[in-house]
Formats: sequence, structure tokens, C-alpha cells
Amino acid sequence: MMERYYQKEIETAGREQILAWQNERLVKQVQHVWDNVPYYRAKMEEKGVTPEDIQGIEDLHKLPFLTKDDLREAYPYGLLAMPLKDCVRIQSTSGTTGRRVVAFYTQHDIDLWEDCCARAIMAAGGTDEDVCHVSYGYGLFTGGPGLNGGSHKVGCLTLPMSSGNTDRQLQFMVDLEATIICCTPSYAAYLAESIHERGLRDKIKLKAGIFGAEAWSEEMRQDIQNKLGIKAYDIYGLTETSGPGVAFECSEQTGMHINEDHFIAEIIDPDTGEVLPEGSKGELVFTAITKEAFPLLRYRTRDICVLTRKECSCGRTHVKMSKPMGRSDDMLIVKGVNVFPSQIETVLLEQGYPANYQIIVDRVNNSDTIEVMVEMTPENFSDNLGKITEMEKGLVSALKAMLGIYAKVRLVAPKSITRSEGKAVRVIDKRKI
Amino acid sequence: MTIPQISVFLENKAGQLADITGILSENQVNMRAINIAETADYGVLRLIVDDASKASSILLDKGFILTMTPVVGVAVPDTPGGLSNVLSAISHAGIDVEYMYSVFGQKDGQACMIFRVADAESLTGILEQNGIETVQGEDLGLH
Repeated sequence: MMERYYQKEIETAGREQILAWQNERLVKQVQHVWDNVPYYRAKMEEKGVTPEDIQGIEDLHKLPFLTKDDLREAYPYGLLAMPLKDCVRIQSTSGTTGRRVVAFYTQHDIDLWEDCCARAIMAAGGTDEDVCHVSYGYGLFTGGPGLNGGSHKVGCLTLPMSSGNTDRQLQFMVDLEATIICCTPSYAAYLAESIHERGLRDKIKLKAGIFGAEAWSEEMRQDIQNKLGIKAYDIYGLTETSGPGVAFECSEQTGMHINEDHFIAEIIDPDTGEVLPEGSKGELVFTAITKEAFPLLRYRTRDICVLTRKECSCGRTHVKMSKPMGRSDDMLIVKGVNVFPSQIETVLLEQGYPANYQIIVDRVNNSDTIEVMVEMTPENFSDNLGKITEMEKGLVSALKAMLGIYAKVRLVAPKSITRSEGKAVRVIDKRKI
Repeated sequence: MTIPQISVFLENKAGQLADITGILSENQVNMRAINIAETADYGVLRLIVDDASKASSILLDKGFILTMTPVVGVAVPDTPGGLSNVLSAISHAGIDVEYMYSVFGQKDGQACMIFRVADAESLTGILEQNGIETVQGEDLGLH
């Protein structure tokens, strides 16, 4: 297959050219943030750094980091760099009260974000003759809006399906002859099963899938590819940096090209914050150099990965990141949703349960499950089973409200959750990914 | 007169029930009635034993979670319609039965049923007014 590009000159630009863009844009961006974001300016002042100290990417390491805690502290407008009248959209991380992140976009920001998604779609072989079926959630979640916009830019006929209602998804997929599917890898695997069960394999016209927002293995890729007869491509992004499309896979399927004209990637030691040499495994840090409304500098993603700059057979020159290999914090990604154990702890305490709990994450039939084991207490116990199940239901809905997803609750005998010496083992992740 | 019932939280896993009966047996506690209500993951074991205070302190010592509830023992004639008469008297008085279960064995042509209601004392009164016999702790060999 001939390699297709959405912005060939940018995507295949020489190293010198990319560096030139990065240097110029970084300097400009630092000044923009200094002038418009008092929160970050204070952080720079604290480190004794001024915009004059940042002459190019070799000075990037002098800038202070931003973390999710900063975003929470600065919520909602503390990191906004443009007047609200110039902003046209927000997106937010999934329904979490404790750790909500709200990102702002100007029309220009949306434009560039959609360009990034368009690059991903064309790297997956998309053209204006394709029918692009988007099953990511639409709304605050960035998945649906991002790929939707990218699909428009490529000129695909876009099916804004959003998530859920598998019967309807399959009907549209068959009747409108969708050729590209965008969703989470676990939903793709679920769709593949459903297509197989209903004997629709010969009726679907899919050729490619763009799957992101959660971790997936090479085995899962093979499984989805075989079952659907497509090529499955990974895509990476986070709300803080815009959404999906920060990095995407090409035909080589050996890592995701980071859109370096918009983002500077660094790998750091998560413990010391020290920048590690290229090729090292460490925490991925992004600096957004073209965003106007919400330009995060040195944002710590907490994703652990490796960057490689080997020549790619697709012709793209932008650096590649490996699939995230883990996290440098305790965040879990369950069904594409960010879950922090501390959120679960907050709910348990509010509902009168002890803070001794265990979270078990698994993947059953290609779909993530999360179970919270909670110890029964004398106060919560009753001889009436109905009263216990009522309380359990109350806890399940409080967790749903906090996390945005269903978590099963399992009430267990007191002292049955292992108390380890020192740091408690709060999370058991049984997923093989 | 009400009868003390011990309810114990049971996690639904192998050996939980055997653990409890084993502990009671080691301590010479005799069970007079037993009932379990359960969901897929956990259950509530309800017990009438000959020495409720001894049994409860032993089980608490062993780390079980339990609660004591006063319940009413009702003598139900072991004939067709026996239970139906009792239930209709209770229902006429506007009392909700949360759950009920039977005691092992029977005596003089009567079975004994344990009734759990919100207000055990008032149920005793209603039964008396309707000429229905209640079963006392000593009838069941309770200390």
C-alpha cells in the first residue's frame, strides 16, 4: 500500500527543520505562558527562570514541571492562557470529582488537534473515499470529538456513532459500509466477537481500525486484526495535551509517531525529574508548543515509555514512542477511564466503610472489569440481608458517580484483606497487557 | 418473651460455615435452629443456640461480625393450614414479617417457627390475643 500523509511536508520533514520549528515555537510559547498564566509564571520565578533563559529546546530542562496536581489546584481557569472570549470549547477527563481536568481550546487549537487526528487517520490508510465509524464517546471525553474532527478533515464520510448500543453500531457499520473504525481496543474486540456471533463477517467492509485511550497488547492487536480482517493502529493522547492524536501509528506498527511540530517529548526519571538520554525507559513529559488556550509546559504524563528515532519505513521522521509500559503513579485506566485508588478511598470513607480495601482489575472477554473489595464492619452489618444489599447498592452508585464507570463491590469478612507491612497493596491488576 | 438470635456475616467462600459450626462444637454450644440468607458473594447466617451470650462472645473473639436480634418463637400446629392461620393473624395486625424459619424437630404435634419482625414485643402481644402459642427459650433448651 502506498503511504498516505495528511501533511506530508511536516510529517516527513528533516530533523533540522523539526528542531527549527521546535526552537522557535518553544521560545514563543514560554513567553506566551509567562505573560498570561500567573500560576506557571510563579513556578518559573520560584525556580529563578525567566523567558530569556529559554533560547531553544536545549534549555527546556530548566522549566518547572506541571503535574495533574497542578491542574487540580489551578482548576478551572488557573492555567488558561487566553481570554475566555477567544475560547470555543472545553473537554474534560471522565467524570471524576476529585481529579477533574478541564482543558480549553480556541478555534485554532481545535484546528490543530483535528489536524493531528487527520494525520492518524491517513496513516491508517484513510482517504476521502472512506467511511469512518467513530465509536469513541462524544461529549466531554476527547475521543469522539477528536477523531470526528480528524475524519472531517480527511474528508471521510463520518459516522458519529459514539459508544454503546452495539446492535445499532453493527447495523450502521454494515448498511453504510464503514471502512475505518475508531474506538477503544476493548470495544473493538467486543465488536469483533459480536460480528463473529452474528455471522456478519462477510458483510463488513472494514479495512482499518484506530484504537486508543487504553493499554492493549500486541496479542490483542493480532486477535482484533485476525477477527476483523483489518489493520489495527494505536493512537495516543491525553486531555491535558489536547486529546487523541498526540502520537499515532503508521503502517510499520512499531510505535507511535509523536507530532513533534506541536509537542516536544522528553523522557525523565520519575523519581529525580532528571532528563534521560534518548532510548531510555522513563516517564513521558510533553510540552505543547502550538496550543493557545491551554499550553502546558513540561507536563508529566506519568506514562512510562521509550522514545526511538530510528528511520521509519513509512517515511515519517517524527520521533516514535513505544506503547506505554506502565505508570509512575497509581492511576489505573479502566475502560478508557482514569481511576485513582484515592477516589475509591474517598467514597468508602464517605459511605462509612473502612479505608482498608483492595481494587481488583481484570479483563474478561476483552472488557475491563473493576471490583472493589471492602470489609464488612459491625456498624454496617444487619441480620436483614435486604439492608446490606441496599447499602451495597448505595456504595455502587456513589462509586459510579465518582469514577464514571461501574465498579462491582464485594463485601468481605473483616480482616480478610491482607495487611502488608508498610505500603498496602491496594491494587491487583490481573490484565495481561 | 423473645428469643435471642445471633446473625453472623459470612463471606461466600468454602469452609466459612464449617469454621463457625466447628467453633461452636469445640465450645459445647448446641444449635437449635439455623438459617442462611445469601447473595452470590456473601450471606447472613442466623442461629438460635442454647447459650447465645457464650456463642456470641466466642465468635466475636474469633473476629466474626455479628449482631444479636430478639426474635419470636411461634408454635405452629403441624396440620394443613397451621402456618396460614398464624400468618393471617400477623398480617391482620399490620405487622411485616422480615423473614422466618423453622427450628429443628417438633414437639406434641407442633412445629416451632422463628419470626423476625421490627417489634418482637408487639408481635408477642398480637399472638396472645389470637390465642396462638409462643415458644419460650426454655422450651428450646436455651440457658
